[in-house]
This record gives sequence, C-alpha cells and structure tokens, in this order.
Amino acid sequence: MDSKKQTARISRQTWHFAEDVRVQASAVSVGPKEGEGPLASYFDQIHDDVYVGQQTWEDAERKLMENAVTILLQKASIAEKDVDVILAGDLLNQNITTNFTAEKLAIPLMGMYGACSTSMLTLATAAALVNAGYAQKAIAACSSHNATAERQYRYPTEYGGQKPPSAQWTVTGAGAGLVGIGGEGPRITYATMGKVTDMGIKDPFDMGSAMAPAAVSTIHSHFQDTGRTPEDYDLIVTGDLAAVGYPIVKELMRAQGYAMEDMYNDCGLMIYYPEQEVFAGGSGCASSAVVTYSYIMDQLNRGLLKRVLVCATGALLSPISYQQGNSIPCIAHAVAFEGGI
Amino acid sequence: MATKTKAKPIGSMQMTKQMYQQQASKYQPKRNVMLNCFRAFWVGGTICLLGQALQNMYIHFFGFTEKTASNPTVATLIFISVLLTGLGIYDNIGQYAGAGSAVPVTGFANSIASAAIEHRSEGFVLGVGGNMFKLAGSVIVFGVVAAFLAGIIKSVLKMIF
Amino acid sequence: MEYVIAFAVGGLICVIGQLLLDVGKLTPAHVMSTLVVSGVVLDFFGIYDKLIDFAGAGATVPITSFGHSLYHGAISEAQTHGLIGVVTGIFEVTSAGISAAIAFGFLASLVFKPKG
Repeated sequence: MDSKKQTARISRQTWHFAEDVRVQASAVSVGPKEGEGPLASYFDQIHDDVYVGQQTWEDAERKLMENAVTILLQKASIAEKDVDVILAGDLLNQNITTNFTAEKLAIPLMGMYGACSTSMLTLATAAALVNAGYAQKAIAACSSHNATAERQYRYPTEYGGQKPPSAQWTVTGAGAGLVGIGGEGPRITYATMGKVTDMGIKDPFDMGSAMAPAAVSTIHSHFQDTGRTPEDYDLIVTGDLAAVGYPIVKELMRAQGYAMEDMYNDCGLMIYYPEQEVFAGGSGCASSAVVTYSYIMDQLNRGLLKRVLVCATGALLSPISYQQGNSIPCIAHAVAFEGGI
Repeated sequence: MATKTKAKPIGSMQMTKQMYQQQASKYQPKRNVMLNCFRAFWVGGTICLLGQALQNMYIHFFGFTEKTASNPTVATLIFISVLLTGLGIYDNIGQYAGAGSAVPVTGFANSIASAAIEHRSEGFVLGVGGNMFKLAGSVIVFGVVAAFLAGIIKSVLKMIF
Repeated sequence: MEYVIAFAVGGLICVIGQLLLDVGKLTPAHVMSTLVVSGVVLDFFGIYDKLIDFAGAGATVPITSFGHSLYHGAISEAQTHGLIGVVTGIFEVTSAGISAAIAFGFLASLVFKPKG
C-alpha cells in the first residue's frame, strides 16, 4: 500500500500516474478566426459564425463546449451515460458555460476554475480520479470565447478603445479529452499542480508578464520533482504566455539551469498567424485546450512527438480585484504525456 | 514596506517584485508613440473638420446662429458615431486612431452605444438601461462635479469681489 | 482657413489624449475624465471661449468642450438666478449631446447586435 502511495505522490506538487491512464480520445470545436490559423487542419470542427448560430455570446460558448464533448463521444464510440464524471471550467462568472453544458449532457459535474489554466487543472484531476479508481471514464473540458471574455473582463465588443501591443486575443473555442485506463492514446504520466504566484504586475492588458513567474515556478518544480530536464521532452508548451511572457520564461528558466530552447513553444503563439492581428497572441482557457486536444494529441498518437509537457497558465484576477488596485495572482498546472505507445 | 522588498521564490531564484518587474519590462513591446500620435492627429483633426463643415452647413442652410449651431452639429456627429458603432466599424477605427476617435464627442457616443448594444442580451431595463453608462459614466460624473465645484467657486468669488 | 485651424487644433487635442494613453499609460476612461475636467478648468479661467473663437469645431468637437459646456451652463444660470443656478444650469447647454447620445444609443440597441 505504502509503495503505491509513494508512486502516486512524488512530492508536494507532483503526481505520478502508475496505472495506464490515457487520453483515449480528444475533440476540439473552434470559431472562425482559429479556423484561419496555422493549426486549422487539426481541429475537429470550425464554425464560420462567431455566434455559433446562437442568440447571445454566452450561448455561443456553451454550444462550443457542448459540440466539443459531443464530437469527443462520437470519436470514442461511447454515450454520455458511459462517462462517470466531467471536470470542466471556463472564464465566465460562476462557470456558467460549464454549468449549462453539463446539464444538457447529463454527466455528473465537477466544475473547476483555473482561469486559462483550467485545461490542465481539469485533465490532471481527471487523471488522478481515474488512476485511483474513482472514475472509469472521465472527461476534462474547458472553453473560452473572445466576446464573452471581453465583455466580462474588459470592454463591450464594439467599443473603440485602443488596446496596447501587449494585449492578447482570447481564443474562441472548446476542447475536451476523454480519460480512461488502457486503450489507445497518449499516456498521462505526471502532473505538477501549481501554487499561486504574484509578482506585482497590475496591468490586465499585460497577462504575459503576470503569468510567466507562475509557469516558471511550476515547470521548475516539475523538473526538480521528476528529475527530468528540458531535453527529456520533445515539446514543452505553456498555455498562453504569448509574445511577452514567452521570452521571460525562457530567460528565467535559463538562469536556473534549465535552458528551454528549441523544444519550448507557447499555445498562444501557435494558434494564430501574426497577420491575424492578435496583438501579443492568443489567451483564454481554449488556448491551451484547443492546441493540446488537437495538434499535440495528434502528434503524440502518430509518434511524431514522444514526450510532451503542457503547462497551462492562468491569471486569477477579477474586474473588481483589478479596480481595487490589486495585482494579478497567477497559477500554472502542468501535465506530462507519453506518446506512440 | 516589507512586502515590497521581500524576495519571493520563482523556481529556485529569489526575486523581489521590483526585480521581476524590471526584468519583465525588457520584453514589453514598445508602443510606437510617434505613429500613434500621428494617427490620432489626423483622424481627430478630420472629425473636427467634419464638425466644422456640418456647423457651417447648419448656419447657412438651416438658419442656426454661431451660438446655436453646435447643438445639431454635435447631435449629427453622435448619430454618425452610433451608426458606425452599430455597424461594427467604430472599434476598428478606434484601434487604429486611438485618442483620435476617442477624444472627439464621437468617442463619447461610441462608449454609450457600444455598451447599450452589448448588454441588450440582458434585457432593456437592466441590460441596456443599467449598463449604458458603464464607460461614459465617469466622464459625465467628473464633468458635472468639476463644473459644480468650479461654478460654486466662481459664484462665491463674484459675490465677494 | 477655418477648416485648417479646426483640423489642427482638434488634432492637437487628440494628440494630448494619445500621449496620456501611451506615455501616461492611463485607461481611455481616465483620459476622457481628465480632458473633461480640463475643459472645465480652462473655461473657469476664461481660456476655452477664446479657443472656440479661434478654432471653431476644433474646440467644440473634442470632449473637452463637454466640460466647457457644463461649466458655462452652470455659470450663466448662476448669473441670473444666484448660487442655485449652478445646479439648475449644468445640463442646459450640453443637453443636445447627452440626449442625442442616450436616445440614439438606445435606438441602436434595438436595431444592432454586437459583432465581436
């Protein structure tokens, strides 16, 4: 019994999954802008209407999450009732996207909030539940929508206020992964859960600078706890640090003896072409989810990538916390995948 | 004071908030201030030019005086701004022109119209009515408060001297 | 000629706003509030009227003129009705602007949907 616990909890922050926990299937549904980006061919569904045929932005986001899960179930050839639990979250107050979607799907829900780190927060927890036998099949899902995020955190979408070049573009999309024991699909081997990190950045139009320390903290803990180095991975990605946060992470990791060079990328930089006018790059829950559950899973399945670390980063602010003069506390959660096996 | 200078761990490094912010600021994309000012200048100037043309039109063709012509002029500019906001064009102009489209009264109208349009999904009373002044509210509040205080001060000074 | 001056003065006021945004790192709402109060202050010292005479729409179109109108309304009522005029007169001159913005804004919400 003790040795099993030892292999489960490697350290305070890092978990090891001794069972054959796999992402048995994954699916992604995105909006038009994402469908014009470099990863378009990997997406299961691209909508040409940012309203996704709905009446409000919030309904549109719900449809995206619902679609992602529905396509996922189709790909896995199972039904909603075969899934024990869905762990999901989004950016909206009280996680309304998740709540309404889960009601439609009629799957037991564990709603979680990690801002843009929700993808790996939910996936790591799903893997832990499956590994320990509390769920046979679990879905990890999250979503974000450019308009719902703008109107909640920043300005009405038709407002003519000028955004600075450090601003980011919230990805419109949803991603879902099915976690279970055995079968085919990339193995989830480790997860490192992050601590809240706040280095005093106050500007909500500069999330990259705010989130970079959280990513460094979690990735560093991951390497320390697992004994791995960047070279052990074919690809390390952060969720949405984009053009401002990405070089900061590189510099700080290099200074600590973990140089992350060719294998390091960022989902917020991968999802859009620079010509798409997305300022510093993509952000939102969907940034990491959409890239992970399509491109990264595909590359792992085909053996083109053997070992990947996805570190999703989140900014845990609210409009009120910012208006009251608080800085932006951030967090990052990382999951390690092993593919081609 | 201690919290500002206390070092925090980022991985294996200990850094104060100041140290981190200094390092991070190196990667801040530089704003092209000259270009932004140039764009603000010509777009803002053009809007004022349009205002001048409208004002002259109202004076010569509609019988307004110099004093009263600013009313329909402002109303017309507001109408155009609301229309462009509704058509989804004003936000693009705003990103390009910055203060050039925000500072003229068209920016004020855009802030009200964009909020009204955005929050219609929450109904007309609580959504449109309750949120319309989300952005413009501070302009109105500070304008009125400043005018009130200045008016009181001026009136009192007049009474004394 | 008046067109050139209107263009130049209006443009310059916008440049001041842009500097507050880019160098001052203020939010748009902060910049507007600052400019509106500046309009009040300039009118308090009798400068804004001169600017309007000089630049026409270059001074009446920017949001600074909103502050000027608020103050003007307050003072002209105070001159005829005493101190209470400060409160009764504030919105007199700016009524066109505010009423138009509210009415058209509301109508827009009936007709348009946000496009994102």
